[in-house]
Amino acid sequence: MNALLVSCVGVLGLAALLLVLRISLGPTMLDRVVALDVLVAVIICGLALEAAVHRHTTTLPILVVLSLLGFVGSVSVARFSPGSDDVEAEG
Amino acid sequence: MSGANATSAGTAADVADVAAAVCLVVGALLTLIAAIGILRFPDVLTRMHSATKPQVLGLLLVLAGLGFRLRDPGTVGLLTLVALFQLVTSPIASHMVGRASFRAGQVREDLLVVDELTGVLPHEKRHDKPHEKPPSNRQRAD
Repeated sequence: MNALLVSCVGVLGLAALLLVLRISLGPTMLDRVVALDVLVAVIICGLALEAAVHRHTTTLPILVVLSLLGFVGSVSVARFSPGSDDVEAEG
Repeated sequence: MSGANATSAGTAADVADVAAAVCLVVGALLTLIAAIGILRFPDVLTRMHSATKPQVLGLLLVLAGLGFRLRDPGTVGLLTLVALFQLVTSPIASHMVGRASFRAGQVREDLLVVDELTGVLPHEKRHDKPHEKPPSNRQRAD
C-alpha cells in the first residue's frame, strides 16, 4: 500500500516538472499564471499524499492556506495584466 | 472504486484504505495528464481547459483519499473546507485569466470554432500586441 502511495509522489513530481517547464517557456504571463495555479494544486495534492502516507494531520492547515493563496495570486496577476480593463466602468 | 473488492476478507478499515489508495492514484494520474496537456496545448484557452482537471477533480479525489485514509470527523470537515474553497475560487480565477487573455488578443483564432465575443467587444479598447498579426478577421461587417 505504501509503495503505491510513494509511486504517486513520483507521478506528482513529474507533473510538477512539466509545469515548471511551462512556467519557464510560457510565451505570455497568463500562461505562467495558469501553470502556477496548477502547480499550487499539485503542491496541495503532494501535501495531502504525504499526510495520507504517514497518517498525520499536521499539514492540513497548510492545505487551507494554499487553496486560498493560489486564488489571490492568479486573480491579481490577471487583473493587472493588459487587456483586463473594465471598459464599462471606465467610460 | 472498482479496487475496493481487492481485499476479499478485509475489514472496513482495509476497504477504506484501498478506496483511499484508488482515489490518490487516480488523482495523481489526472494531475500528470493535465500537466502534459498544459505543456503541449497551443494557447491559453486550451491550456486552461487542461488546467481545470487537477484543480477540481484531481484535488477532490486526493482529498477524498486522504479522508478515507485518516477517517476522523474533524479532519474530514477541514478537507471539506479545502474542497469548498477550491470549488469557489477556481472558476473566478479561470474567468479572469480567460477574460484578460481574450481581450489582450492572445487567443489563437484559427483554433476557435465559435467566437461570439469578438463581435460585442469594443474594438478601440483592444490591446493588440505589435508583434502579432493585425486583427483583420475580427472586424464586423457594420
